[in-house]
Amino acid sequence: MISESSSFVKGMMIGGLFCVFVTLVGHIKMGHGTKAHHHEHHHIQAPNKEDVLNLSEGERMELSHSIRVYCIILVKPKDLGHWAAVKETWSKHCDKAEFYSSENVKVFDSIVLNTNDMWVMMRKAYKLAYERYKDEYNWFFLAHPTTFAIIENLKYFLLKKDASQPFYTGHAVKSGELEYVDGDGGIVLSIESLKRLSKIFEDPDKCPEQGGLIWKLSEDKQLAVCLKYTGVLAENAEDSEGKDVFNTKSVGTLIKEAMTNQPQQVIEGCCSDMAITFNGLAPNHMHVMMYGVYRLRPYGHNFKDALVFLPPEGSDND
Amino acid sequence: MALGLFKSSWLAFHVGIMAGFACTFYLLNGLHQPAPQEPESPAPRPAGDSFWVIQHPALLSSGHPHLSGEDSAVAAELFHKVRILCWVMTGPSNLETKARHVQATWARHCNVVLFMSSVRDDGFPAVGLDTKEGRDQLYWKTIRAFQYVHQHHLAQADWFLKADDDTFVVLDNLRWLLANHTPQEPVYFGKRFKPFAKQGYMSGGAGYVLSQEALRRFVEGFRTQACSHTTSVEDLALGQCMEKMGVRAGDSRDPAGRETFHPFVPESHLTGKFSKSFWYWNYCYYPIVEGPRCCSDLAISFHYVSPELMYTLEFLTYHLRPYGYRYRFQPPLPENAARLPLHREQPRAAEERANATLPGGAGALPQIIPLGESKPRVIPLHSEGMLGDTTASYAAALPWIIPLCGKQELSNGV
Repeated sequence: MISESSSFVKGMMIGGLFCVFVTLVGHIKMGHGTKAHHHEHHHIQAPNKEDVLNLSEGERMELSHSIRVYCIILVKPKDLGHWAAVKETWSKHCDKAEFYSSENVKVFDSIVLNTNDMWVMMRKAYKLAYERYKDEYNWFFLAHPTTFAIIENLKYFLLKKDASQPFYTGHAVKSGELEYVDGDGGIVLSIESLKRLSKIFEDPDKCPEQGGLIWKLSEDKQLAVCLKYTGVLAENAEDSEGKDVFNTKSVGTLIKEAMTNQPQQVIEGCCSDMAITFNGLAPNHMHVMMYGVYRLRPYGHNFKDALVFLPPEGSDND
Repeated sequence: MALGLFKSSWLAFHVGIMAGFACTFYLLNGLHQPAPQEPESPAPRPAGDSFWVIQHPALLSSGHPHLSGEDSAVAAELFHKVRILCWVMTGPSNLETKARHVQATWARHCNVVLFMSSVRDDGFPAVGLDTKEGRDQLYWKTIRAFQYVHQHHLAQADWFLKADDDTFVVLDNLRWLLANHTPQEPVYFGKRFKPFAKQGYMSGGAGYVLSQEALRRFVEGFRTQACSHTTSVEDLALGQCMEKMGVRAGDSRDPAGRETFHPFVPESHLTGKFSKSFWYWNYCYYPIVEGPRCCSDLAISFHYVSPELMYTLEFLTYHLRPYGYRYRFQPPLPENAARLPLHREQPRAAEERANATLPGGAGALPQIIPLGESKPRVIPLHSEGMLGDTTASYAAALPWIIPLCGKQELSNGV
């Protein structure tokens, strides 16, 4: 009897110690893991509010005009509804917006690329944009017609960023070793990045038009591969609280997710107040976003912004 | 014998290991994890309850919500000058599925909010109006709700808003509309419909707001039986009572002529093409405008709003904005706003919180007023003056007190 109980007690002690040991090891392992992941991801952030105070009206205007954004929207005939919506809504706020289509469409003007392949479309569009506009714009924003963008927030995000540096930003994702900007959230290139991209396009080994692989990479990944060769790396764009500003989902979808995951803090958990893009919008939703962003607001709330943007001419929905 | 002993020791040893492991495991987990958060805690609290000051069953705003880094002085001033009590028409089966999301979003911008149900709910909290549920009960609920508000909260607000649990309201814009009027005016505002009443009536779903005087007259109408439960069509019946009691149906359109109260969701008004046979065409008091001009920048309400859209609209209205953008429509504050008294009384947070937790505690429980038994009041029906009423005389005196208490500045434009 005594030997049994003493064995039991000994067993208990060993079991207890073993449990503590396993728990400790588990905690250390997890902590190490998250830290490592955090370091490898590149982030760039929007400017702080303190950076942008004490400017006169003239200085604000000048600063606002110094950020010139050229918008490329890649379209196909099947996107006609979305194309129309983009044309009537947010693209009016780009300094210049042009639609690059796979083939000629009677209803709308576009730059015809004569190809159905998304990667080839992207290459041609970037090439043309650089050739024609390298002296007129310093930032190049590429989007799909299912994306809604707030160009004013893009310009605020780019404030104090030197376009002669190689910026390549948006909603950044890691796929194995490759970090790339998800095309669904919109892709931003500085003039320097676009310059380097144009050069590497000439290199059929590093940046071929037709991928030599059996399984093709999506065009946004191919872009990342080509840019990487020129020393341009993708960076994730975030606001001053670390929230993504380029979103690959719609507001509605993100709200629904927040209602499930953070029901006590739905709006805080959803999206950035300075969000730049949302994706997956139906044409009608673009009109609602236009109203919700550019018009609907509560009376009596003012902001001291460093930049000034005037509403575009000949428009009644903003 | 020896073998038997050996076996049981061996067994005991291994059982001991497992027992020790299990005990330690539970011990460690118990220490590491915080007290588990049960969705249904013993004393359920309203959503984001650290925000509310609970004056059971009413919820008082602890301050008008705004973003850090913004200059919301004008909105703050209106918050204290145009006090709005919101009551939300809901029911027991809708509390968690709909009313909860109202509580988490636009209701926070009210000065006082009450959730009106047929059954009392101390946790939500919701007032029990002692009616049944159903479309045919809507006017009964409305009558009792206004009587309740009149009995318990008349002095706490200048304007009294009725909304459904699927109505989305932008209170700051409502304050801007009402700043051009005084609570002593017998007037009410909403989405104006034309049939069945000479001066029209206000759509129930899009929400409507009564001045303090209009509320008095409504309650008085039922006391004297000038008004009664004529039909269960709540908005029409209320409109007819208003007309009878000399309360004017106001024009809620903005200075550019655009509607502010909307009976549908933004998508319908902005992009929908209502078919010509749709009833809406015959109901609208003012001409319907489709497309972007349907809706004012300073919209006040939308209806048939799902919970998801509730949060989406709150986000689009109060959070997401285009940086540096100079809005096209920037109307000034109405001149009348300067003449409105500033009500700085803030609920004393600690005391109210102490009263809040226990039903049956010091905080007054709602008392249902049977129809026709409100407090006797002599109200001259066509009075536009400010005398003969303690609240009104207090309000009249305030403009003289304010310069002594602090400065108030009005800034023009948004």
